[in-house]
Amino acid sequence: MSESRYAAQHPADPDEFVRVADLVKIFGDVVAVRSVNLSVKRNEIFALLGSSGCGKSTLLRMLAGFEEATSGQIVLDGEDITSVPPYRRPVNMMFQSYALFPHMTVEANVAFGLKQEGVDRAEIHDRVFEALDLVQMAGYSRRKPHQLSGGQQQRVALARSLVKRPKLLLLDEPMSALDKQIRQKTQIELVKILEQVGVTCIMVTHDQEEAMTMAHRLAVMTEGQIVQCGTPQDVYAFPNSRFVAGFIGSTNLLTGTIVVDEPDHVAIECAELTRPLYVSHGVSEPLGMEVHVSIRPERLVVSRTQPEGDYNWAHGMVSHMAWMGSYALYQVRLDSGKIVEASVPSLQLAQIDAPGIDEEIFVRWDADSATVLAS
Amino acid sequence: MKLPAPRDWIPSGRTLAVVPPFLWLTLFLLVPFLLVLKISFAELQFGIPPYTALAEFKDEAVQFSLHLRGYILLFTDSLYLATYLSSLKMAAVTTVCCVLIGYPIAYYIARSSPAVRNVLLLGVILPFWTSLLLRVYAWVGILRNDGLLNKLLMSLGIISSPLEIYRTDLAVYIGLVYAYLPFFILPLYANLVKMDLRLLEVAYDLGARPWQAFWRITVPLSRPGVIAGAMLVFIPSVGEYVIPEMLGGADTLMMGRVMWNEFFNNADWPMASAVTCVMVLLLLVPLALFQYNQVRQQEAATKGGRA
Repeated sequence: MSESRYAAQHPADPDEFVRVADLVKIFGDVVAVRSVNLSVKRNEIFALLGSSGCGKSTLLRMLAGFEEATSGQIVLDGEDITSVPPYRRPVNMMFQSYALFPHMTVEANVAFGLKQEGVDRAEIHDRVFEALDLVQMAGYSRRKPHQLSGGQQQRVALARSLVKRPKLLLLDEPMSALDKQIRQKTQIELVKILEQVGVTCIMVTHDQEEAMTMAHRLAVMTEGQIVQCGTPQDVYAFPNSRFVAGFIGSTNLLTGTIVVDEPDHVAIECAELTRPLYVSHGVSEPLGMEVHVSIRPERLVVSRTQPEGDYNWAHGMVSHMAWMGSYALYQVRLDSGKIVEASVPSLQLAQIDAPGIDEEIFVRWDADSATVLAS
Repeated sequence: MKLPAPRDWIPSGRTLAVVPPFLWLTLFLLVPFLLVLKISFAELQFGIPPYTALAEFKDEAVQFSLHLRGYILLFTDSLYLATYLSSLKMAAVTTVCCVLIGYPIAYYIARSSPAVRNVLLLGVILPFWTSLLLRVYAWVGILRNDGLLNKLLMSLGIISSPLEIYRTDLAVYIGLVYAYLPFFILPLYANLVKMDLRLLEVAYDLGARPWQAFWRITVPLSRPGVIAGAMLVFIPSVGEYVIPEMLGGADTLMMGRVMWNEFFNNADWPMASAVTCVMVLLLLVPLALFQYNQVRQQEAATKGGRA
């Protein structure tokens, strides 16, 4: 097979460990994955983030070998594995809700992969307990899966997928079967284990918090395509589209026209605001073009007094307020009728004497708080 | 004085729910069995009924007499012992054949697409719409020396003289496997269709080839289905009467035929009852094993539910 178009356009990154090039999967007349390109570095935790039906699971299943790619290429550590059957790939997967073998003990579950490899008994025993120690489940080796809690099952499943020392570990919705309360703690534990083992990992999730907590880099998928890829911080701070801005966290979206384009800032006239918007960074759109602007709720500052200056603030009335504990979420109806959300930290809330519903307030933001979206 | 709480004197829903099956089992299983047990200890006599009573009032004394003739004959006449062994053997061979033939069928149905699945299931159940007697007669027509099978094979030139199948043990095996196969397929199918297919993907992912995954995952997980199906084949085939009578030879020894002969040809009710009682005991052992297996399964399931 000739080198793909993607490879020709993108010279190999020396750090690159997994490369997915122009990967397509079509089921009948449904395109599940349309031309995905992806590059994952060694020992990186990479998250595919998207809502259900966006093609992320199909992509993961192609990486595991359960689905055959319609076209495209998967290269792992320099080896083309696109058409290697799952049982011969140096890839292991932790399944959604874990899929432990119900008729086997914890020990037999973890040992399964090594037995298939024909590893001798003594070594199997050592490696199984090494893996169980890693996830702190060695004391449960004789239990059956149904005698374990969800969190314990997850750790056994992790041990089972790590024990063969795969080059690539796949996690399919790793937290979906756990209670909300223990998720966050488990996410951090899981990352610690993965970093301790030093394994390259691609995970799939629909939970943006989970992706942001666990992944070094993430890719947002929709309709079978990756729409943005980067570190969680970058994707959150600089979403490249309205979809990403809305999918990762919540945001206030405004529509306006660029009226001033200076080297250090642009000014955007916006019908929903009475004053223009100043954006201080990276805008490449031409003058007069209609653009979308995203401002995160935590970037809006609420005050009772009118802010100084002629831009980046608006006047409005509190239409709703929700107390969330560490912060309060305000819905503010601007004079234009547009409703924006502002999250106000508790400390600041006390300083401005917590405005109530129908009270008049001002919201303002800094010139580097607004992000202009390409689409 | 305090009135007892209503739940103390109104039977709970649970109690009410188990009453009908218990009543049913008592009336239609326990009572008839006790009657048969009673007759098995009686002595043959002419008259109605054709056996003596166990207790008699004579000469100012109640006399109990337990006649053991039937049981003694059972253990001294080698014919009966041979018949028991032969029945168990035939039932065992039938069961093994049903497992070997039925497993692939059940597996194939369970792994078909839902639409195809229903058609195939219907195909398994359809024969029940015709009387067993008719279907066994059809086999007589097929297996006879001048039957369909021999005519076909001879016209194809595969054999020159007819195969002697009709009125042999082979014909009985064919009939038994044919008649009991659905009883094996249905419970196994119900088990296989519930299986979580992701477990197979896990096995592939961990390096198992498809047949290894089948052997180490599908087969052990389907064990309860295999056991249930095997019991449903084994237990009724031990006492089967119609099939060995219609397809078997004079030397095909099966309990059902012996019982029939004792009751209807010899009118020896005590003997027939003794034969029956011993057979019930023989069947109780596998039944108890089956029950034990079921209970263990259920315990595992409830524990799983609690976790």
